[in-house]
Amino acid sequence: MHLMYFTEQPMAAYDAHEGLKYGATALTFSNKHYDPVAASRLYNEYLEEYVLAEECGVDGIMLNEHHNAPFCMQPRTNMFGAILAAVTKRVKIVFLGNPLPLSDNPVQLSEEISMIDMISKGRVVSGFVRGGGQEQLANGVNPAFNRERFVEAHDLITKIWTEPGPFRWEGTHYQQRVVNPWALPLQKPYPRVWIPGVLSKETVIWTAQQRYPYIALNTSIDATKVIWDTYSKAAAEVGYTAGPENFGYLIRVHVQDTEEKALQNARQFMWMQGEFTGLAHPVWANPSGYFSPSGRRGFVEFAVGRAKNPRGQPTFEEQVADTMIVAGTPDQVIARLKHLIEHTRPGIMGLWGNDGTVPAADRRRCIELLGKEVMPALREHGAKLGLKDPWEANAPVHLRYSTDIPVQRAAAE
Amino acid sequence: MSLAWTDTTHEIAGGKLHLSRAGSGRKLLILHHDIGTPDRLAFYDSLAGSFDVLVPHHPGWGKSERPQWLRSPRDIAAIHAWLLADLGLSDVSLIGLGFGGWIAAEMASLAPAAYRRLVLVGPMGIKPPEGDIADQAIVSYLDYPQAGFHDRAAFTRVYGDVTTDQLEQWDICREMSFRTAWKPYMYSQTLPHLLGGIRAPALVVWGDDDRHVPQSAARVWIEGLRNARLETIAACGHYVDMEKPDELARLVTSFVNAN
Repeated sequence: MHLMYFTEQPMAAYDAHEGLKYGATALTFSNKHYDPVAASRLYNEYLEEYVLAEECGVDGIMLNEHHNAPFCMQPRTNMFGAILAAVTKRVKIVFLGNPLPLSDNPVQLSEEISMIDMISKGRVVSGFVRGGGQEQLANGVNPAFNRERFVEAHDLITKIWTEPGPFRWEGTHYQQRVVNPWALPLQKPYPRVWIPGVLSKETVIWTAQQRYPYIALNTSIDATKVIWDTYSKAAAEVGYTAGPENFGYLIRVHVQDTEEKALQNARQFMWMQGEFTGLAHPVWANPSGYFSPSGRRGFVEFAVGRAKNPRGQPTFEEQVADTMIVAGTPDQVIARLKHLIEHTRPGIMGLWGNDGTVPAADRRRCIELLGKEVMPALREHGAKLGLKDPWEANAPVHLRYSTDIPVQRAAAE
Repeated sequence: MSLAWTDTTHEIAGGKLHLSRAGSGRKLLILHHDIGTPDRLAFYDSLAGSFDVLVPHHPGWGKSERPQWLRSPRDIAAIHAWLLADLGLSDVSLIGLGFGGWIAAEMASLAPAAYRRLVLVGPMGIKPPEGDIADQAIVSYLDYPQAGFHDRAAFTRVYGDVTTDQLEQWDICREMSFRTAWKPYMYSQTLPHLLGGIRAPALVVWGDDDRHVPQSAARVWIEGLRNARLETIAACGHYVDMEKPDELARLVTSFVNAN
């Protein structure tokens, strides 16, 4: 089992009342409330916490990217990845991920990821995402072509990583005269690609068709099972049986020496009125053309206030009861997570430890307890349940490298 | 007076284009807004009393199929020009409403001698010297069309209690606007340079409370076109055709019929 530490890197050093007064804490919430002095301190604290996480034994550090919002301080995931490549020695640097459609030049993105893979001596997991709706708006990228750009950029990057240049790329959304970057990944055929997501069925099916692991982002146990079923069916259709190495799961877990302190800090997972991507207008999260047409009717009703959020707005207590948030002492957290693992059987797990305004000392203690107590227990439990991660299972990096599908093998030869 | 509107479907560029048509006389091609169009409007009926009125749905809007390849208002212009050619129509006057005004100007700039008259009502398509064209992307499905009316009562007269079907339609219209006019948003950087070739006399109409397209753009249109004049409608928003249908119909009628 592969166990990662994750935090959104919250930029919590702003006046929360200003956000409430404005009615939004994303996209258009003015950066006049942004304090670079506090941000400089936080960046360095978060960096030190990643180093601590490695010292405490985590397998991987999961990084992401968001824009125009206090909930996440990383507008370029590769920046922290590059730093971690130099200051850590062992942990996997897991991008979940680079938002492909935001890039107008996927060749340069491939160069950045390749550099990080080489500098880290082959520790990159190169996850890719579509990017949320707000990310499209913050970057001026057309939401109506988001999925097309995602797939085309992926195809271009993986071609760069598997075929010698120079070649010309004449696609629908990307055209490149001379693709021939002098920076290629150390890992062959290319770094493992994992795809995180929340609810898009199309993405789950596409991911299964590539044989990339799918990382469910804090979905409920029931919703996670639906995702696995969708994935497994799509996997069977292209000729392989999905196993734990194909499934990952991110969950919010805060651990402290006392239950009281853990629960108090865990409330910070609800720090922006429970909207972990910030308080926002529905159309920002889902600009027209971004989401599947099958969800159109439900969404427009929600967007004008005629229907409830299809994702629901569970309270902190409800989320604790439903194992959407886990908090407590190491023993309590281990018991709860064992239950979760038995029901979802992931080979990859991200533990989202800290959010909001949890004090630095408590963040560090949480990381120590996660790395030294919680993760070893989960690793042992996962091994008993046969939950192998992609390395333990020696899983192919992509469907085309499968050795258990006769047609694929013939095609490769 | 009851008017007989005929709905037909036309195979154009690999997709089906929806057309409503009524009346007789000189031919008017009406090009609708970015938010689509109700099937029938008092403005259309009023004009059909004295003209042969054609109201197509833009490709991808309303009842017209979406061409996946469609990328710009110039593509939409080519499709409507194709429609007129298929119908064997000439000496047509173009009535472009908002976003449709941009399409009308593209049609006329590509065939400078082809059209009889050009009426542009709060046209998008040119970067206003002051202010920006209102961006649908970050406001709700109701706020955007409502902001296009000076008087909320006029919005209610046309759309009533907005149905979920209508909201869905607006989402589809919005998606088509993004697919064809995302960047730069709702204007062309080349169109202003191409207006000068257009031979048809042009009438540019603006609501004095147009919150979608700043009236500063009117100057660019008037200066760019060879023969154009501006009419401003008092107490009126962007959707002049829906807010002041009779007034706009009178202006169009006298302008198109003038020799």
